[in-house]
Amino acid sequence: MRPAVPVGNDNMRKLYHFHGGIHPPSNKTQSTRATIARAPLPAKLVIPLHQHAGETAKPVARVGERVLKGQLIGMPDGIVSSAVHASTSGTITAIDMQLIAHPSGLPNLCATLVPDGKEEWAPRKTIDYRDHSPAGLQHLLRMAGVVGLGGAAFPSDLKLSLDKHKITTLVLNGAECEPYITCDDMLMRERAAEIVQGAEMLRFMLDAEEVLIGIEDNKPEAIASMRAAVAAGGHQRMEVIAVPTVYPGGGAKQLIRVLTGIEVAAGVRSTDMGVQCFNVATAYTIHRAFAHGEPLLSRIVTITGNVLHPRNYEVLIGTPIAELVALGVALPDTDSYIMGGPMMGFPLPSVQVPLVKATNCIIASSKKIFPPSPPVMPCIRCTRCADVCPADLQPQDLFWFAQSREFGRAQAFNLFDCIECGACSYVCPSHIPLVQYYRFAKSEIHAREHDKQLADKARIRHDYREQRIEREKQEKADKLAAREKAAQAARLADAQPLTAQQQAEQAGIETSRAHIRELAQSAVEHADEGTTK
Amino acid sequence: MLSALLVMSAIAAVLGAVLGFAAIKFHTEGNPLVDKIDDVLPQTQCGQCSYPGCKPYATAIAAGEADINRCPPGGEEGIRKLAELLGVEFKPFGEDAVPKAKSLAVIDESTCIGCTLCIQACPVDAIAGAAKQMHTVIASECTGCELCVAPCPVDCISMQVIGEKIANWKWKYPVYAMTATT
Amino acid sequence: MFFSPLISKSDSVSAIMLKVLLALLPGIVLYVWYFGPAILVSITLASLTALGTEALMLKLRDRPIMPFLKDNSALLTAWLLALSIPPLAPWWMVVVGTAFAIAIAKHLYGGLGNNMFNPAMVGYAVLIISFPAQMTHWIAPHGMVISELTFPQQLDFIFHDVLPNSDTLDALTMATPLDTLKTHLHLDQPMRQILDMPIYGRFAGHGSEMVALGFLLGGLYLLASRIISWHIPAAFLGTLFVLAGIFHLADPAHYAGPLFHWFAGASMLGAFFILTDPVSSPTTNKGRLIYAAGAGLLTYLIRVFGGFPDGVAFATLLMNICVPLIVLYTQPKVFGKKGSQP
Repeated sequence: MRPAVPVGNDNMRKLYHFHGGIHPPSNKTQSTRATIARAPLPAKLVIPLHQHAGETAKPVARVGERVLKGQLIGMPDGIVSSAVHASTSGTITAIDMQLIAHPSGLPNLCATLVPDGKEEWAPRKTIDYRDHSPAGLQHLLRMAGVVGLGGAAFPSDLKLSLDKHKITTLVLNGAECEPYITCDDMLMRERAAEIVQGAEMLRFMLDAEEVLIGIEDNKPEAIASMRAAVAAGGHQRMEVIAVPTVYPGGGAKQLIRVLTGIEVAAGVRSTDMGVQCFNVATAYTIHRAFAHGEPLLSRIVTITGNVLHPRNYEVLIGTPIAELVALGVALPDTDSYIMGGPMMGFPLPSVQVPLVKATNCIIASSKKIFPPSPPVMPCIRCTRCADVCPADLQPQDLFWFAQSREFGRAQAFNLFDCIECGACSYVCPSHIPLVQYYRFAKSEIHAREHDKQLADKARIRHDYREQRIEREKQEKADKLAAREKAAQAARLADAQPLTAQQQAEQAGIETSRAHIRELAQSAVEHADEGTTK
Repeated sequence: MLSALLVMSAIAAVLGAVLGFAAIKFHTEGNPLVDKIDDVLPQTQCGQCSYPGCKPYATAIAAGEADINRCPPGGEEGIRKLAELLGVEFKPFGEDAVPKAKSLAVIDESTCIGCTLCIQACPVDAIAGAAKQMHTVIASECTGCELCVAPCPVDCISMQVIGEKIANWKWKYPVYAMTATT
Repeated sequence: MFFSPLISKSDSVSAIMLKVLLALLPGIVLYVWYFGPAILVSITLASLTALGTEALMLKLRDRPIMPFLKDNSALLTAWLLALSIPPLAPWWMVVVGTAFAIAIAKHLYGGLGNNMFNPAMVGYAVLIISFPAQMTHWIAPHGMVISELTFPQQLDFIFHDVLPNSDTLDALTMATPLDTLKTHLHLDQPMRQILDMPIYGRFAGHGSEMVALGFLLGGLYLLASRIISWHIPAAFLGTLFVLAGIFHLADPAHYAGPLFHWFAGASMLGAFFILTDPVSSPTTNKGRLIYAAGAGLLTYLIRVFGGFPDGVAFATLLMNICVPLIVLYTQPKVFGKKGSQP
C-alpha cells in the first residue's frame, strides 16, 4: 500500500491514502449560503413502512386512528428492521401500497397521515444513557427508528452489536464527498454540540477508546464548528480531522482507511477489526433519541440543482418531495428529480413520492446541469476505471464478465467489493454505464443464490417425503405381514384338538352368549310393547 | 528393438498399475454426474419433463436417455447450464415445453372441502391441513409445480404469478440507444 | 432511463485517439524533413483505405458507421502501419496491409476494443512475409545517395512502378541501419568501421535517429497527458537497454550499444505508440511491466539473432498472445483482501 500522504492542513495525525478516487466539481456552495430552515407542515404525509435496510415494519396503527407525533406506527419485524413513527399528530387515512423513492419505481406499503396541525407529542421519555446497558440502549434505538442517515439506512442498533471485539476507534463520518449534497455540512456548522454529544453516546455503547471525526477539507466552517464543540464539551480522545477532498472519501470503508489505515473488505464487519463508523447526522439523531426522547421524525435535506433557492431544510419524514421542490422553486426547464447525489443517486419515479430517512438530497435536474451521456462506445481497456477504483478492482474485467453474464467469474474477480461509487463510469472515455452493469450482475447473483437455496430446500423436502412414503409403505407391509402371521398362527391353533378344560370353557362361553341373546331379545320385545302402547 | 519393446511394455504396466490404483483409491459411490445435473435442476419436482421428479430426470439425462430441454421451470438459463455441464450444444425448448412465469399455488379457502388430495399430490409437502379441515399452501415452500391443481375435486386451487415487488426486484441489464457493445 | 453517475469527465475515445495522432506529428515532421514527403503519400493512402475498410466492415456487421469512423482508431492504425513500412513501397501494398489490418485483425475479432492483436502490426507482419522485397524500399536520407527522386518521380514510382530512365532502384534506396549493421557484421567487419559509414549518425541511423527522437518527444507528451502510463515504455526501453548493454560490454566488436538499439528501427515508435495500444496490452500495471519487458527481450533477440530486419512487430504480436495469461496472474490486491488471485 501507498504511504501516508502529507495533507495540507493542521492535522497532527498521520493520514492514509486509498487507491484512486476522482475530483468532480463539488457544486456545494450554492446550498450553504443560507442556514437550515424548517419546512412547513405539509397537508399530507405518506410514511413508508420500509425506510431501512431489511424487513418492512409491521403496521400497528389502524386506518382512521388518531396518532400523536412520535407515536409508533410501524413495529420492527425481524432482526434487520427498524421502527417507523408518525411524524406529526393527525389521522391515519390509509395504509396501502404507494409509490416510493426507489430505483425500481415500484410501490410499497405506506401509511398516509393527515396532520391536524397541533403537533401534539406522544409522551417522550428522556434518559441518561450512562444508566443503561448497551443492550438496552440498542433496543431503544431500534424502537426509535434510528438508521444510518448517510444513505444506506442500515439500522443503527445492529451496528452496535459486538461479539466481544474490542473497539479501538469510533469513526464519525462528516466527509460528505458527493457533489451538491450539503446536509451534513450544515448540520455540523449549526448543531455541532449535539453531534458531539451523540458521538459520546456511541462511544459509550461501543466502549471505544477514541473518536475520530473525519471531515473533508473543503468544509472549513464545519471543521471549525466541530472543533469548537469538542473543545467546549471537554471531550477527551475525540479529534476532528480534516481529510483530503477526494471522491469517494466519504465512503465508510474509505474514511476508515484514511483515518486508521485499516482496510475492511467486503463481507467483513468493521467491528471485527476494532473500528466502527457512523454518520454525523446519525450521531445527532441518537442524541435526540436519548436526551430528548424523540424518535427519528425528521432530517436535514438539501434541495439544490436547477432551483432558484438552493438550501437545506429540516423536513418531516413522509413529506412529499414536491413540497420540498416548491420551497426551492424549480426552474422551468427542470425535467426530473434526483434523490441523492449525482454520483450515486437515482431519478425519482414521481415528484409526489415521500421523503424517507435515507433522503439526504434532492437535485432538480435539467439537460443543462446533467447533459445526457454521449453515445456509448466499446471498452478499449484503457484502465482509467482501474486507476480511479477505490476498491482496487479491475472494472474493465468486471464489465466484461457482467456484460457476458459470466457471473461466476465476476464474483471471482471480487465484484462484491465494488461499492458502486461510480468513479469508474465518471472517467470512462467510452461512457459505459459500468455501475449499472455491476448492479445488474450483483442482483442476478443474489437472485440465483436465493433460487438455489429454495431449490435445495425443495430437494430436501422432496427427499424426506419420498422417504416417508417409503417408510409408510414399509410399515403397512410389515403390519400386513404381522396380521398374516397372526392369522396363520390362529389357523394352526384351530387344527389342534381341544383339551377337556378348553372344551368346558368354550361351552360355558356359548351358554352365556345364548343367555345374553335371550335377554336382548326380550328387551327388544319390551321396547316394542312400549312403543305400541 | 527388444529393449524398446521392453521399455514400452514396462511403461504400459506402470501406467496400468497407476490407473488401477487410482480407480480403487478415488472410487466414488453413486454417480456424481447425476448429482451435478440434479444440482442444476430447479427441484420443482413437477414432472413436466415426463419423469416422476428432478432426480429421475437427472438420471435419465446422465444415461443419455433424455434431452436437456425438457425442464420448463429451469428456463433457458437451465438448459444453458446443462449444456455447459455436459459439453453439448444449447437446445431451445420444443413447442410442448414452454417456460411459464414463476407462480404460486393458492387455495380458495372458502371452497376447499378438506379432501387431502392436494396434500397427497404435493411433492414437497408444502400444503398443510387434515381431513375435513381447510388446507393452506405454505407459500415459502411452494415450488409452483402445479401438481396439486388437477387432483382438486372442487377446483379451488389456482396458480398465481409472483409479480415484481420491491423485495424481489432486480436491477436490469443496461439497455441504451447504441448497440455498440453487444 | 438514465444511470448514475449523472456526471462524467468530458473525455472520449476519439479525443484520446486524436491526442495519440497529434503525438505522432513531431516524428512525422522530422521524417519529411530527412526523407522527403513520400511518407505523407503512404499515410494518406493508408488513412483513406482504413476509413473505407472500416466503413465497409461496419456496414457488413450492421453497426452504426459514423460514431466509429469518428473514433479515430482506424486512422491511428493506418498511421502506425504507414510509418512502419518503406515510404517507396508500392501503393497496393499500403492498401493491402491496411485493409488486412482493419478487416481481419480488427473487425473479424469484433471491432474496436476486441482485437487480440495490434492491427497495425498484423498488417506489417502480413506485408513483410508476403512481399519481403518491396519492404526494403527505404528512401535514403537527403544527401546520402547520388541521385534523389523528386516528389513527382516518387509518386510515379509508388503508383506506376516507373523510375526515371537513368536510375535503378538500388541507387535510390538503402537498407535500414539495423539491416546494414547485420549484413556487415556477417561480413566480419568490425563494429567501429561499420558505424563510421555515412548511413549512421550520432547514435543510430542518420536521419532515422532524429525521427525516433521525434517519436520519443511525442511519447513524452502522451505520458504527460496521462494517455499512457510509464510502465510499458520504461520496461521495454529498459529491457532493451540492459540487454544491449550486457552484450555490448561483453563484446563491443559484435554488438551495438544500448543507445543504438533505442534509436534504431521502431524502438521508440514501439515503446510509446505500438506496445501501449490499450486494447491489445495488459490492463494491470505489473502485467504491463512483464509484457513490455518480454517485448524488449524478443525485439533484441529477433534483431540480433533473427532473420528479420526489425523485431518490434513480431515481439508485439508474440506478447499480445500472452496478454490474457499475464493479466490473470498479475491481478492487484483488492481493498481489504489478503491475496490477489481470483
